[in-house]
Amino acid sequence: MIELNDVHKAFGQNQVLRGVNLVVSKGESMVIIGGSGTGKSVAVKCVLGLISADKGQVTVEGEDVTRLKQGSAERDAFLARFGMLFQGGALFDSLPVWQNVTFRLLRGSLKRPWDEARGIATEKLRRVGLTPDVADLYPAELSGGMQKRVGLARAIAAEPEIIFFDEPTTGLDPIMAGVINDLIREIVVEMGATAVTITHDMTSVRAIADKVAMLHGGKIRWTGPVTNLDDSGDPYVEQFITGSAEGPIETVR
Amino acid sequence: MNFLAAIGAAVLGLLAAIGRVTHFAVETISHLARPPWYPREFGSQILHIGYFSLPVVGLTTIFTGGALALQIFAGGSRFSAEAVVPQIVAIGMVRELGPVLVGLMIAARVTSSVAAEIATMKVTEQIDALVTLSTNPMKYLTLPRVLAATLVMPALVAVGDVIGIMGGYLVGVNRLGFNAATYIKNTVDFLEPLDIVSSLTKGAVFGFIAALMGCYFGMRSGRGAQGVGRATKGSVVAASVLILAANFILTELFFAV
Repeated sequence: MIELNDVHKAFGQNQVLRGVNLVVSKGESMVIIGGSGTGKSVAVKCVLGLISADKGQVTVEGEDVTRLKQGSAERDAFLARFGMLFQGGALFDSLPVWQNVTFRLLRGSLKRPWDEARGIATEKLRRVGLTPDVADLYPAELSGGMQKRVGLARAIAAEPEIIFFDEPTTGLDPIMAGVINDLIREIVVEMGATAVTITHDMTSVRAIADKVAMLHGGKIRWTGPVTNLDDSGDPYVEQFITGSAEGPIETVR
Repeated sequence: MNFLAAIGAAVLGLLAAIGRVTHFAVETISHLARPPWYPREFGSQILHIGYFSLPVVGLTTIFTGGALALQIFAGGSRFSAEAVVPQIVAIGMVRELGPVLVGLMIAARVTSSVAAEIATMKVTEQIDALVTLSTNPMKYLTLPRVLAATLVMPALVAVGDVIGIMGGYLVGVNRLGFNAATYIKNTVDFLEPLDIVSSLTKGAVFGFIAALMGCYFGMRSGRGAQGVGRATKGSVVAASVLILAANFILTELFFAV
């Protein structure tokens, strides 16, 4: 279970998170929605320790994440439980696709023999719908959709317990976005992993989520099952899911 | 009062920057003693920083050696000292021009590319991706580059020294009428072990500075293309200035009378 309690984070004068409280149960697929710049990625990065919260507590299975020292063995072990698909893929340009996918398995505590890692890469690439001939290409040689798939393969390569997906369908055409959504849902169900997805793509929300949380004004405005999303009774959520310019969320024209 | 405040702010800013760089350098070095290490990355950097820099080092030093021979011959002729061309070319290349020119070329070629590469990795979240993959960016990116540059630079400087002397030899023998055997004998006889030790030491220090500045500015890069550009520019300027400053200090340490 992941818990964020009263998490605050500011960048200079910009107070991004103003007391986020969120609980993600084990095996649940939680989707965090909210406008651009509302701090969705910041909240997730606070869980991973990529950004330090100014105030508040983040726990994973009861373990206080903020107390893990950078570079310590405990933190490495903690991070080994996570997989993450970054918004832009964040694939390593200097490495071929297969070494990107098995990056964690080629070094560190999870290190496997070269041939075995290559086999795992081929299998994970197949799982995300890519053929083995992609394995030796470099990220720059791939289309945006293929890069997302490789990023997804990398996120699941070490079979993590918890997977974060940051804007998994941004920049993709609707068909490719649908493919990625289906893949995420299948993989999460198949692996039994806890998933946290950040998106403002409502098609993704309905395809991926068990539960939805709406982040606005630095706080979680609403949280509930995806089946209740259309009857949330929250004007912010209603405006967001209908994409209306009229409502409590200010729009700049 | 505003003027004094501005001076105070600038001094504090400078001291803070020195502190940050020192902390970054100490942290980098400390990873030498703490596994895991990434030998494959280290090997790759040896190739990139060392082997692929050989052409630029060779071209820079051969022309400089040749020009130096011409200058010394012309200058020496004013007081009938043309004969010292081999000795002065040798001492000039080995003690000063070899290490400094190679250092500055490495700052241009390696510091800029390291800063741009790491800054781009930061902007595109590749550094964050490394962390989530349980890999410390200081161990995986910074240490291999700094260590490789520190170790290969003495070799590059040695090659630069030899090619620079060869440039002087080619000009001396073919253009200025020196006897080939005498030129080589005078060069070899004149150089002392301390000259070579100082040259190689300077190379190691300049390599450390060049790679460290590239990594430091890359890791601290701002957002977007402008952030990458600023990091690259800042790294080359800082590396060049620090190399010249370090050269003065090392020269003072080795050769102060």
